[in-house]
Amino acid sequence: MKNKPTKTGYFSKGFFSKNSLTAFCFLIVPLAVYTIFVIYPILQAVWFSMFKWNGLGPMNNFIGVDNFFKIFSDPVFRIAIGNNFKIVFLSLFFQLPLALFIALIIARKFRGAVVYRAIFFLPYILSEVIAGVLWSFIYNPQYGIQNTALTDIIPFLADFPFLSSPSTVFYSIFFVMIWKYFGLHMVLYIAGLQNIPQEIEEAARLDGVNWWQMNRYIILPLLKPTIYLSVFFSIVGSFQTFDIVWAMGKGEPVHAAETMVTYMYKFGFQRFQLGYGSAVAIVIFIITLGVGMFYQKITASKDI
Amino acid sequence: MRIQIGEKRAVVTFKYFLITVFAILTLLPIILVVVGGFKTLAQLRLDLFGIPNPVMWSNYLDIIDPNSSMFFLNLLNSCLVMLMTVVLGLILSSLAGFALSRIQFKGKELVFTFFLIGLLFPPAVAILPLYIELKTLNLLNNYLGVVLPQVAFALPFQIMLTRSFFNHIPIELEESAYLDNCSPFGFLIHIVMPLSKPILTTVAMLAMVTSWNNYFLPLLVFNDEKLFTLPMGVMSFQGQYLNDWSLVLAFISLAMIPAIIFYLIAQKYIIDGLTGGAVKQ
Repeated sequence: MKNKPTKTGYFSKGFFSKNSLTAFCFLIVPLAVYTIFVIYPILQAVWFSMFKWNGLGPMNNFIGVDNFFKIFSDPVFRIAIGNNFKIVFLSLFFQLPLALFIALIIARKFRGAVVYRAIFFLPYILSEVIAGVLWSFIYNPQYGIQNTALTDIIPFLADFPFLSSPSTVFYSIFFVMIWKYFGLHMVLYIAGLQNIPQEIEEAARLDGVNWWQMNRYIILPLLKPTIYLSVFFSIVGSFQTFDIVWAMGKGEPVHAAETMVTYMYKFGFQRFQLGYGSAVAIVIFIITLGVGMFYQKITASKDI
Repeated sequence: MRIQIGEKRAVVTFKYFLITVFAILTLLPIILVVVGGFKTLAQLRLDLFGIPNPVMWSNYLDIIDPNSSMFFLNLLNSCLVMLMTVVLGLILSSLAGFALSRIQFKGKELVFTFFLIGLLFPPAVAILPLYIELKTLNLLNNYLGVVLPQVAFALPFQIMLTRSFFNHIPIELEESAYLDNCSPFGFLIHIVMPLSKPILTTVAMLAMVTSWNNYFLPLLVFNDEKLFTLPMGVMSFQGQYLNDWSLVLAFISLAMIPAIIFYLIAQKYIIDGLTGGAVKQ
């Protein structure tokens, strides 16, 4: 405790007699902005969710938890929530391993690693809307990759409907998500790998471990904190998916690519069912929090 | 021994091959779009992978021309919103981070916890009431209607970063500042902030990227086309020129440029910002 950089300095020891007043002056604006634009609307969302309300006129149609029953009995919401969970699991099984694989290759002693890292991270920098429109073009049947000689090499490409069929739209969009986000996770892993002392690897190499043993028994366990974090980001981010889906067909056709947030947007801002939309928001929050806490718990208690 | 080296070389070559293929696949969609913007619509349709012939500068010129597209207006709006978000975020997170780090007062932990609660809430949860609130405050179709919520939602994480960095500013500096009759505010401005450039850069970079790419909030707040930011401009342009993909491609290519230039210049800071706070605990 003693050599820990201080938390109690001169300002803190009461040399300024009005410490509370000083603190108040520093904190009043940040607190106000935060309370007005974050806390207050969130509390209101809880309140709104118990009403049937179109956003105009008085809010006098109190219906308790009816909205929540309605949400879970709506087949479209079930598609949406299913898609969100699919994004979570598919990310865990495809996106993160790909990111980890590439990170393991280029993190150490790889000439040109900086260039490759820059290339793989580039899609993350683009806005989701730009990524979405860009891929709408690539998937476009008249102009995109379907209209090229590639269809001779990859036969199924010729009549793969991409964004126009309910059975393929979700996976087509998910592919774009991998493209856009694997670089972020790769960068996290590279940073984590670079924190692992070289000596450990050298010692292991002297002991004659092979590539697989090295990664499986030495690198991965040391990288665990970073992996936990990247998975956490991925889970929390997955439940917020909106922009990219919206830019690639607004969750259509027939709601096949709907996510919880696009569903909320449609009810809240297109049909002006603000009570119902708020209830959806609360459900999104509870699910995110629940899954997040569950995840924290298993990663904290178990040695995976 | 010889064989082993040979194997290693093969492995290395294979790694490079694999990584290069991945890199090409990653870049290909972007290249196709940028090059496609130089093609005529007819060529675009017939020859996706070909070199533009003739080279249609006019697509790009049409986008740049303020009379035929809103590109520059969109760009300006994105810049203004971003700038305000970053500046305000830096100020507020420095003030709060300082108070929560260096000043001793009753309820300090409580205030910090109150800020941390915000980390739990994704912006989408608050968006409907926020919309009503902005309407009441007359902030719809107003830059501040996007800026203030953006700042507010970024604050918890920013404060976490500034507070923990400020904790490590040596006590001796505070002592001498006090002996020189420096006020806490003066200490923050003249000593703490200049010493905290790394963390403030991180805070700024994260705020820039988030603000630049934000679509959900501006979509609700701005109805007036004159206020549209770049992502909104891209969506609305694509909606208008649904069948003229070469123009749309030129538009999104130009819309990508600022982010790419910024990325190439500030790559180190962006990546450090994203990973530094997260990994190096």
